Amino acid sequence: MGIRLRPFPEPSQTLDAQWLRGLMTIQNKTPMRHVISLLIENESGALSRVSGLFSARGYNIESLTVAPTEDASLSRMTIVTSGSDDIVEQITKHLNKLVEVVKVVDLSESAHIERELMLVKVRATGKDREEMKRMADIFRGRIIDVTDTSYVIELTGNQAKLDSFVGAIDASLILETVRSGICGVGRGDRVLKV
Amino acid sequence: MVITGAEIVIRCLQEEKVDYLFGYPGGAVLYIYDELFKQDSVRHVLVRHEQAAIHAADGYARSTEKVGVALVTSGPGATNAVTGIATAFCDSIPMVVISGQVPSAAIGQDAFQEVDTVGITRPCVKHNFLVRDVREIAETIKKAFYLARTGRPGPVLVDIPKDITAQKCEFVYPQSVSMRSYNPTIKGHQGQIKKALQLLLEAKRPMVYAGGGVVLGDAADKLTALVRKLGFPCTNTLMGLGGYPATDRQFVGMLGMHGNYEANMGMHYCDVLLAVGARFDDRVIGSPAHFASEPRKIIHIDIDPSSISKRVKVDVPIVGDVGEVLGELLALLEGASERPDQESLGSWWKQIEEWRRRDCLKFSQGDGLIKPQYVIQKLWEVTGGDAFVTSDVGQHQMWAAQYYKFDKPRRWVNSGGLGTMGFGLPAAMGVQLAHPGSPVACVTGEGSIQMNIQELSTCKQFRLPIKVVLLNNGYLGMVRQWQELFHGNRYSESYMDALPDFSKLAAAYGHVGLRVDKPGDVEGALREAFKQKNDLVFLDFQVDATENVYPMVQGGKGLTDMILSAEDL
Repeated sequence: MGIRLRPFPEPSQTLDAQWLRGLMTIQNKTPMRHVISLLIENESGALSRVSGLFSARGYNIESLTVAPTEDASLSRMTIVTSGSDDIVEQITKHLNKLVEVVKVVDLSESAHIERELMLVKVRATGKDREEMKRMADIFRGRIIDVTDTSYVIELTGNQAKLDSFVGAIDASLILETVRSGICGVGRGDRVLKV
Repeated sequence: MVITGAEIVIRCLQEEKVDYLFGYPGGAVLYIYDELFKQDSVRHVLVRHEQAAIHAADGYARSTEKVGVALVTSGPGATNAVTGIATAFCDSIPMVVISGQVPSAAIGQDAFQEVDTVGITRPCVKHNFLVRDVREIAETIKKAFYLARTGRPGPVLVDIPKDITAQKCEFVYPQSVSMRSYNPTIKGHQGQIKKALQLLLEAKRPMVYAGGGVVLGDAADKLTALVRKLGFPCTNTLMGLGGYPATDRQFVGMLGMHGNYEANMGMHYCDVLLAVGARFDDRVIGSPAHFASEPRKIIHIDIDPSSISKRVKVDVPIVGDVGEVLGELLALLEGASERPDQESLGSWWKQIEEWRRRDCLKFSQGDGLIKPQYVIQKLWEVTGGDAFVTSDVGQHQMWAAQYYKFDKPRRWVNSGGLGTMGFGLPAAMGVQLAHPGSPVACVTGEGSIQMNIQELSTCKQFRLPIKVVLLNNGYLGMVRQWQELFHGNRYSESYMDALPDFSKLAAAYGHVGLRVDKPGDVEGALREAFKQKNDLVFLDFQVDATENVYPMVQGGKGLTDMILSAEDL
């Protein structure tokens, strides 16, 4: 599953702006996108602990995906967040502090792979029917549901690829899109395991 | 032997050597209360409101090295407990709270007295559990105690549905517990400790800044030994008071928003800062930007990595138990041939003594109204500086922190992080039960005491000879002070009309109540009160309502921007 949350309001909009501005000055201000991967005990409430931590401390979640691993007692979560180095350091520290979290790694610290799944339902009638088929092929997508008037196209890739597919097709033909949020894994010998 | 879940709960508490359980019964915990009735090793203290049960367990834990334990019912029992749990969480107090829950089958059905206790408490506990099977009770309670007392301590809640306390299974209490996801770092990194010592030895203007972690980690002796060996000045946070003896010459007082002039100046202008079990919070350093404007090297020892470099960038972080790390530092220092440069240390002390001569806590007690500071000063004298002092939140709390000189750890019990009014009296109950025969004073205000005044009834039932020291100025004093200083003297809703006659109220509860109006009567009243070994004495001191707490650093300002007295305004 994946969830998307609205970005956290700018500090200037909050009541304690003076205090927060002070806080900002000690931090490297440039926010960077980070992909954090973690292993967590597969217990009820574990997801709330993670999402609650982000909302309580005002950290941004761009996407969050979670599912059990090959070891059913563990879930693996991929969180896309953004923040300055200091904030991301705090995020990983606080995640590690959660009693059910077993391991945390910031994948974006080195070479890694990201993939996201998207299902797009598009109108496919008349000349658009052929065009949609062609676009799906170009983006290495697959049509997995066909009706007289629509296709469902399955597409996998990094966020940029999915974004460009959505940008490439006629927006008025999109009936709905659903994205999983990204899964990430380190390249080569980097393994996140207990 | 096969026993019920309720009996397992009690057996677990017995295994954990729990002597006092603070609680309040209700539908969802009836089986547990039935088992309590059948034994007498775990003594139950019946409070008058669940919030007080948690504060009492909290006071018990703060004044001992043990875990505080409380028992509440589902729904309103649990929600009443939340303020207490959050109070303990903010100050990292080891505590286990057992809450009843509606029967498993009723969960999610909006049943009578049902709330999502685990959900409501999640942001304010170290961890919590919902027990789903009677066979899980023993292991869960074992884990709860283990989590509460190890690492950075904190409250742990165990929510148990009623049906599970009625089911039966074999009872085996686990001897030990290990969790792959929870391994707090105890020993500090050797290389970092060596680096820290090097910095300390090279320091020209050193300062030691110690917080509640020193008290919680039972490291006051080691801190004191290290600071004395180094000859450095030492300041304590509000939570750290007693972590270093306050009457020692090297102690420069509490720092922060209402900290001593010499402590705040020293903190700001030092070149090497040793932070121990403290977290640079907003009430301590004010504006981080202002604090960072003066260059200094910072060594930070803390058991919680997320406390390090949170508000202030640290040069030498050391994650570990403060006692362990201080012990290693001390051993290394004793083995080292170098010593801090006495010449620069001498001129640094000269500077500090100059700051100290400002005598920022001076006040004068005339013949008119009683000064609140005077009451605390006399309390300190009368008790020989050796009482357990709990406080509520507000001006009286700051005066107690400033004028009662704590020489020993675990004597000062207050809600520093959450700032919970109504904490003092119930916390004093826990302290008094843990230390029967020791003097326990609850310093409070007429606003705070009324937030949990019903506990006077509990004090009567359990014969707790607490001395309530009420600094009654008729105002929510700290609110009034801010309104005077920052809101043009508009005292919006900070004046309390229609206060009760507290001495009569205390008498109505069966205690001794006394109203004191004259400065000349303060000492005598206190002496008389502490002579009453078996009675709770409620002293209602009518104090000067215009007094403000100084020094004061305005919120968001720098530590050196202190208002030292009314003349500074």
